[in-house]
Amino acid sequence: MPKVKIDGVEIEVPAGITVLQACELAGIEIPRFCYHERLSIAGNCRMCLVEVKPGPPKPQASCALPIADKQEIFTQTPMVKKARNGVMEFLLINHPLDCPICDQGGECDLQDQAMAYGFDRSRFHENKRAVPDKELGPLVKTSMNRCIHCTRCIRFATEVAGVEELGATGRGESMEVTTYVEHALSTELAGNLVDLCPVGALTSKPYAFEARSWELSKTESVDVMDGLGSNIRVDTRGAQVMRVLPRLNDDVNEEWISDKTRHALDGLRHQRLDRPYVRRGGKLAEATWDQAFAAIEAKLKGLAGSKVAAIAGDQCDAESMVALKDLMTALGSPNIDCRQDGAKLDAGPRASYIFNPGVRGIDSADAILLIGSNPRWESPVLNARLRKRYLSGHCAIASVGPAVDHTYPVERLGAGPATLRDLVEGKLGFFEKMKVAKHPLIIVGMGALTRQDGAAVLALARDLAEKVDAIRADWNGFAVLHTAAARVGGLDLGLVPGEGGRDVEGILAGCEKREIELVYLLAADEIDTARLGKAFVVYQGHHGDAGAHRADVILPGAAYTEKPGTYVNTEGRVQLGQRAGYPPGDAREDWAILRALSERLGKTLPYDTLDQVRTRLGAVNKSFSALDQQAAGAWGGFGQEGALSDAPFVSPIANFYMTCPISRASKTMAECMASRAHLMAAE
Amino acid sequence: MASLDRTARAFLLTELVSGFALTLKYMFKPKVTVNYPHEKGPLGPRFRGEHALRRYPNGEERCIACKLCEAICPAQAITIEAEPRDDGSRRTTRYDIDMTKCIYCGFCQEACPVDAIVEGPNFEFSTETREELMYNKDKLLANGDRWESLIAANLHADAAYR
Repeated sequence: MPKVKIDGVEIEVPAGITVLQACELAGIEIPRFCYHERLSIAGNCRMCLVEVKPGPPKPQASCALPIADKQEIFTQTPMVKKARNGVMEFLLINHPLDCPICDQGGECDLQDQAMAYGFDRSRFHENKRAVPDKELGPLVKTSMNRCIHCTRCIRFATEVAGVEELGATGRGESMEVTTYVEHALSTELAGNLVDLCPVGALTSKPYAFEARSWELSKTESVDVMDGLGSNIRVDTRGAQVMRVLPRLNDDVNEEWISDKTRHALDGLRHQRLDRPYVRRGGKLAEATWDQAFAAIEAKLKGLAGSKVAAIAGDQCDAESMVALKDLMTALGSPNIDCRQDGAKLDAGPRASYIFNPGVRGIDSADAILLIGSNPRWESPVLNARLRKRYLSGHCAIASVGPAVDHTYPVERLGAGPATLRDLVEGKLGFFEKMKVAKHPLIIVGMGALTRQDGAAVLALARDLAEKVDAIRADWNGFAVLHTAAARVGGLDLGLVPGEGGRDVEGILAGCEKREIELVYLLAADEIDTARLGKAFVVYQGHHGDAGAHRADVILPGAAYTEKPGTYVNTEGRVQLGQRAGYPPGDAREDWAILRALSERLGKTLPYDTLDQVRTRLGAVNKSFSALDQQAAGAWGGFGQEGALSDAPFVSPIANFYMTCPISRASKTMAECMASRAHLMAAE
Repeated sequence: MASLDRTARAFLLTELVSGFALTLKYMFKPKVTVNYPHEKGPLGPRFRGEHALRRYPNGEERCIACKLCEAICPAQAITIEAEPRDDGSRRTTRYDIDMTKCIYCGFCQEACPVDAIVEGPNFEFSTETREELMYNKDKLLANGDRWESLIAANLHADAAYR
C-alpha cells in the first residue's frame, strides 16, 4: 500500500489507483469533466490538474496518473489554481452562454465548476464555433455547440452499451461527436448518455424544457419495468412525475437504468383509471366505491370458493399481493396465481426461482450459460453487467436460445431443449468449460420456462447446475432471470394455486367452461382476456389496458410511483419504493382497496395500517424482514422431468419498449419503437 | 413684570399676528402638493411598479422560460410552465404573477437574463376584484406593449449604473 502525502496530510491508499482516486479517498474533490468511475480513462478535459512531486515542474492530469509511493500531491497551490482557471477559460471559449435556455442549467458540472474556476468575463473576442446538431433518436436531444469533447458519451456507448455507433470526427476545434450516419442509437440504455453528459450537449428529449432541477421534489423508489428492480429517483413537480433518474446501487444497477425505466413515465399520465366503474347493460359506467363494492358483493353472495379465482399482475407491490392472497384464503378459494405468463416455477425452494449469485455474482462468474433468455431486452442493465464481465476477460459465454445481438460475443450452442439435453449429457464442448470454471453461472430466462415443457427444462437446468458443480457452499450459480417485477415477491408470498387450485391456464380454461364465475385481476393485463368467457371480472389496477376493457367492475388502484410498496427483484432482494405522488381522482392504494373490500364482504383482513401489512409480509415469509439483502436461496428438489418439445426457446419479450400497461400508454415508448422498427425487424 | 408682559401680549394679539404671518408667507412660496390624479409626482427610472413582459422590436417575446424569476421570487408569486414551441425554441405556455402576493422587490427583473420581465412605471392598477390581480401571460404581454417606450427609456437611463 503506497503512502502518499496529499496537501500535507499523509494517507495510505491501495496500490494501482490514480491520483484523482487517492485524492477522493483523502476527502478532496478534484474537478473533472471527462473522468467517470465506470468508464475508461480518457484524460482529455485537463480539469483535474494537480501538482505532483516528484515529477516535472508542471501540473499533471490526476485522473490518468497512477499513484506511487512517497508521492506528494498538492491540490490547492497557486500553480494548480492558475492551471485550472486556464483550462476553464479555454473550455468556455467555445461554450455558448445559453444557460438560461439549457435544460442542464442548475445541475450542470460546467456551470458549477465555472463558479469556482471561471473568470467573470471573456477575453475571447472572436466568433464562437458553431456545430450542427446531431440526430440521436427520440430520447436524446443534442445541442452540439455546448459540447466540451469530454468523450464520456462515446466511451459509454462503446464500453457499457456495447454499440460502437458514437465517435468523434476531426481534431482540435473541428472535433465533432457524431454517429457518422445520423440515426437513433440502437441501445436500450441511451437515456444514460444524458446523465453522463457533464454539460447540456445531450439532454433528454421527452423532458425538454419541462421543468428545472430546482423545482422538482425527489423521491427514492424502485423500478418495476423489469425484474431487476433498478434503484431510481422519481422527480415530481406537483402531482406530476417529471422524470426518473437512476440511483447509485452497485449491487443492482450500478448507475444505469434502461430507457423503459426512464422514459415510460409519460404513460403514467394517460389512460389512467381515476374512478370506479361498473358494467351496466354491457357498458362500463362511472360508479362510486360503494356501488362497485356492492356489485362485487352481490356477485359473490352464495358463490363457492372454488368458483372464485385471482390473478396478480407483473408490477404489483408485495403489500397488495399479500392482501389478495389473504382475501382469497378468506373466501375459501385456492385458485390464485401470480405467474401470468405461465412460467413453470413453483413456490418451492427459494433457490429455484431467484437469481442466486446476485447481480454482483456476475462479476466473478467465469463461464456463463444463457438458457432461453435475451437479457438485452429482458433486463438491459443486467445485460450491461454481463458485457462488463465479458470486457474484463477470461469468461466464456454461451447461449441456448434465440439468436440475438447481445452486445458481446456469445457462443450459440443451439435453439431449444434438445441442445440443453446434449449439454447436460456432456456432449457439447461447453460442458467442459463450465466444469472447469470456478464460478459457472447458469441464467435461465422466461423463454425457457413459460412453455408446456417448462418444468422439464427447469429440471434439466438444475441437473446441469449440479453436474458442473455450480451449487456449492460458497457459490450458487443457478440464476433465474425474471421479466416481471412482482414475480419473486409473488412466489415468496405463495401466490400459487393451493390444494386443488388452478393456475392461470386452469383459471382461463375454467372460465371458458364456466367453472369459474368470478375472476379478480390485480393489475393483470398480460393474459388472454378473450378466454375469460362469461366470468364476472373484477379488475383492480391503474391503467385502462386489456384487463380493464374486459372488466365488469373496475377498482382504480395506484401505479408504482403513487404508493409506498415493497418489491422483490429477481435476485430476491427486498426493496422499498416510496410514494412520489398521489394516485389520480378516486384511486387508492391497492392493499387498502382489498382491505376495504374484505370488510364489505364480512371477511375483514387483520390489518389497518401499512406497518401492519408489512408485519404480515414478514410473518408470511421471513425474507421480507431484511431489506436490501441478497443471498442465495436454499437448494432443494425442483423441476419435473418430462417430455421435451422440439420448439426453440423464444424470449417472452417481443417488443422491449411495450411490456406493461404503463409503457403501452407511453407516447415516448411508441416513438422509440418507431425509430427502431427496422432494427427490431432485423433482429 | 411677568404678568405685565403677558397682559401686553394678550391685548396686542402678537401670537395671532405671527400665526397669520406664517400663513401669509407660505402663500407666496411654490406649492409642494400635486393635484393627483390630474398631476403626478416624478418617478425615477428604477421605480418598481406593475409588471410587464417585453418583446423584441420584431414582435418576438423575450421570455425564454428559464424560470430564474420564479426561482428567486421571495413571495413565490410567479408560476411558469414551459415546453418547446413548434419551431423548437424554449417558450412559456404559462406565465402567471399573483399581484396580491408580489412584494415589488424587483428581484425578478434583476434575475431576468433577457430583460423580459420588468417592473414598469405604472402604479395605478388597482382593481375592483381580487381575481383581476392574478395576471396571466396575455395581460403581462399587453402591459409590455403599452409601456414599452417608457420601460425602454428607463432601462436605458439606468443602464450606466449597472
